[in-house]
Amino acid sequence: MGKLVDDAVTHADHAQVKYAAKDFASDQEVRWCPGCGDYSILAQMQRIMPEMNIPREKVAFVSGIGCSSRFPYYMNAYGFHSIHGRATAIASGLKLARPDLMVWVITGDGDGLSIGGNHMIHLMRRNIDVNVVMFNNQIYGLTKGQYSPTSEFGKVTKSSPIGSIDYPFNPAALALGSSCSFVARTLDRDPKHLQYVLKRAAEFKGTSYVEVYQNCNVFNDGAFFQFTEKDSKDDNVVFLEHGKPLVFGKNKDKGIKLDGFSPVVVSLSDGMHSVNDLLIHNEKDSTLAFIMANMTYNAALPRPVGIFQAIERPTYDGEMSKQIDATVSKRGRGSLDKLFASGDTWMIQ
Amino acid sequence: MSVETKTLDEVTIRFAGDSGDGMQITGGQFTSTSANMGNDLSTLPDYPAEIRAPQGTLGGVSGFQIHLGSTEINTPGDVCDVLVAMNAAALKVNLRSLVDGGVIIVNTDGFNDKNLRLAGYVESPLSNGSLSKYQVFAVDISKLTELALADMNLTSKIVDRTKNFFALGMMYWMFNRQLETTVEWLQTKFAKKPEIVESNIRVLKAGWNYAETTDVFTVRYDVKPAKLKAGRYRNLTGNSAVALGLVAAAEKAGLDLFLGSYPITPASEILHDLSGYKNFGVKTFQAEDEIAAIASAIGAAFGGALAVTTTSGPGLCLKTEAIGLAVMTELPLVIVNVQRGGPSTGLPTKTEQADLLQAMYGRNGESPVPVFAAATPSDCFHMAFEASRIALKFMTPVILLTDGYLGNGSEPWLVPTEAELPDISHPFRTNPDNFLPYERDPETFAREWAIPGTPGLEHRIGGLEKKDKTGAISYDPENHDLMIHIRAEKVARIANDIPLAQVEGEESGDLLVVGWGGTYGAIKTAVEKKRAEGKSVAQLHLKYINPLPRNVGEILSNYKKVLVPEINLGQLIKVLREKFLIDAIGYNVVAGLPFKSTEIEQKIEDLLGGL
Repeated sequence: MGKLVDDAVTHADHAQVKYAAKDFASDQEVRWCPGCGDYSILAQMQRIMPEMNIPREKVAFVSGIGCSSRFPYYMNAYGFHSIHGRATAIASGLKLARPDLMVWVITGDGDGLSIGGNHMIHLMRRNIDVNVVMFNNQIYGLTKGQYSPTSEFGKVTKSSPIGSIDYPFNPAALALGSSCSFVARTLDRDPKHLQYVLKRAAEFKGTSYVEVYQNCNVFNDGAFFQFTEKDSKDDNVVFLEHGKPLVFGKNKDKGIKLDGFSPVVVSLSDGMHSVNDLLIHNEKDSTLAFIMANMTYNAALPRPVGIFQAIERPTYDGEMSKQIDATVSKRGRGSLDKLFASGDTWMIQ
Repeated sequence: MSVETKTLDEVTIRFAGDSGDGMQITGGQFTSTSANMGNDLSTLPDYPAEIRAPQGTLGGVSGFQIHLGSTEINTPGDVCDVLVAMNAAALKVNLRSLVDGGVIIVNTDGFNDKNLRLAGYVESPLSNGSLSKYQVFAVDISKLTELALADMNLTSKIVDRTKNFFALGMMYWMFNRQLETTVEWLQTKFAKKPEIVESNIRVLKAGWNYAETTDVFTVRYDVKPAKLKAGRYRNLTGNSAVALGLVAAAEKAGLDLFLGSYPITPASEILHDLSGYKNFGVKTFQAEDEIAAIASAIGAAFGGALAVTTTSGPGLCLKTEAIGLAVMTELPLVIVNVQRGGPSTGLPTKTEQADLLQAMYGRNGESPVPVFAAATPSDCFHMAFEASRIALKFMTPVILLTDGYLGNGSEPWLVPTEAELPDISHPFRTNPDNFLPYERDPETFAREWAIPGTPGLEHRIGGLEKKDKTGAISYDPENHDLMIHIRAEKVARIANDIPLAQVEGEESGDLLVVGWGGTYGAIKTAVEKKRAEGKSVAQLHLKYINPLPRNVGEILSNYKKVLVPEINLGQLIKVLREKFLIDAIGYNVVAGLPFKSTEIEQKIEDLLGGL
């Protein structure tokens, strides 16, 4: 870091302060629609931050445009509400310039997968240590209800009056295909799971990608209710837990087994299969991660929720610092006078 | 036969051949040698747009022009006096640049039937009399190179790649150049490949000896050293100068330099150079596109780096929205646009200065951005430093315009010392008491730079309209109007911080020629020539275009006529007319080429004829 940056950020006493969730709430009035799923995500974020053992001033939230992108205003930390789709690129520059910061990107299915799709996949392949939270509500909310890149085929919206003819992205599969190191899915209406996944994402070194199924109660109400509501959730969601078999169902009586490379549902109560036949989740196995991500949108299978993959590899920011440190230690810190006079020079008397 | 030696004040030489013939290296060596011998000079490479066009074709011709002299040299030369053509295509492409009576040296081996056909010659120009108005020296350079290396057991490919040094050797003889500079360069560059060193030195000397001992050449030329300011010099292209200026600015600001960039012709060399300066802590990020390039730089600026993005015209289009974000968030950012021929993909390897109005106005909303322009290759160093200084002092994005001609062209640069450069550092805000993110310095209107990591200054910025002082989101009509005016006034106040414009020539008179950017050398040459003839003409070259220096209006009023030559359809002239209501006259040719000083001279002559 430049000397002036060091001066600015290290003069303070960094003795660990004990924070409460409210310490991460800014003085701004929260302006999402009443009943929006975003409130839960904000609350869970404010709840986990005190456990992260990081001074508040070392945390930055960067967002693009959309309902979700209002998020940074409500966090008492450094925040940057930028332009549509570019939060990932801005966060990349911020993290590279300031590896000492914990950098979050808050985005949505439009901001992160449509206009910002390109920057998203490149952030992931580079593995810059940034945590991305993608609020997926399968609709454009801020522009009042057009189909998004995660809306289902046939979706009737203001801009698709007789049904959308766009096929949706599968965000988890897209992330895995982009070599994202940490890929997860969680639910706005499951605060505990949401907190767990956000914490894991924050602790993970490398790009973390968290897709949150988030209800837009104004323009796409109930899009995920079969996965989030009490009476339907158990039979429609399978939670991925590292080292554990894929069991689901109200009575924990169903499971996922691999038939060749294809996951299939088996009953644990008909005497044909036991838990021992089931697929055991392994966050470190990228092949399994692809198989599970591809269960998404398969109507015959429950929706996978949890951490698909968490495989650490060297980060771009780490490698960048390494190259600079290695060059400085090999050639010494640069001197302008030497630099100016390098190459072919000649004297005029 | 006796050999006569003529002394020349200045001469322009063009080396041309197939892109595989090593013409850039040949020209580069002639440049280094001439620089070491004390000449003033200016150079311009002329590359084909294709990376590897088929051998021998017109599209594959690569050229390098050097203008050297014992007098002050301001341009790479309108036309050349000597043309070295390694094949028929090179002759065909470059003949129109040669003066009548000029010298042509050709490699006859490059004029076989296939070469002639590829170049579109029905019969050989060497034998049909079509070159009779020139002095033609036809030498079988390939064969003589082969003979010189006969006992070295080299592959024919290596032998073929050495022939450019035979031509260089002949030129060194013809212009009385020393061999040491090139010999030393070969010994350093190919230290680990002794056979390359030996073969090239041998062929270089063979070329020299051939010219010395055969009676082909009857005239040699001498170009005496120029009277340059004493000191250490280095030949520098505009792109390398930008890179050095940025590193220097970061060092003098006490900041790390961050470059977000996406490769684009003709700006990529800045990215290449800066990626080699890791020992200065420079961070270069080759982004996935132009938008990510500037966006990453904005992120780095938020984090407290001297942030830069470099591009050319099409890239500037893509960065437009993000520049608006930097205007709104009032973060320092340097945007370098090495202009090329447009619109759209246009002429990627050719020069133009048609992005001025885009830089000034090409954004949504009232989005004022300072616009600076470098005048010469070495001035790119100074203006990159200036752009950084103003960006940091006024907390604003700054667009620096250079162009392909400046970026690739080179001239001697008087190497400065670190101590000569001003300190441009500004401390970050650290005091948490009464902190308001959009409170301003009363003089500059700059807000304070409060970076993440600083306790007690946690705040949010963004692209939505800001409330005065607090920076909170505000849709209040009066506040919006106020903020529009504040942002405009901040940029206008930069005029208090930049040097006054300097006229070259008399302070009043019949004609003032006003230019900006890479046309400086051509205008200067033309104006000086006309002044020497006793004409009342002066030059004003603007390096700060938004805002203009405070005295520009007064200067303009001191001349009967104002001529504004630009390689566009009249962009600076619009700004001057709008600001000063003057009846300026444009001279506009948009051919992808730098102006020739003779064109400007002619225009000056036309205008002064009526006075």
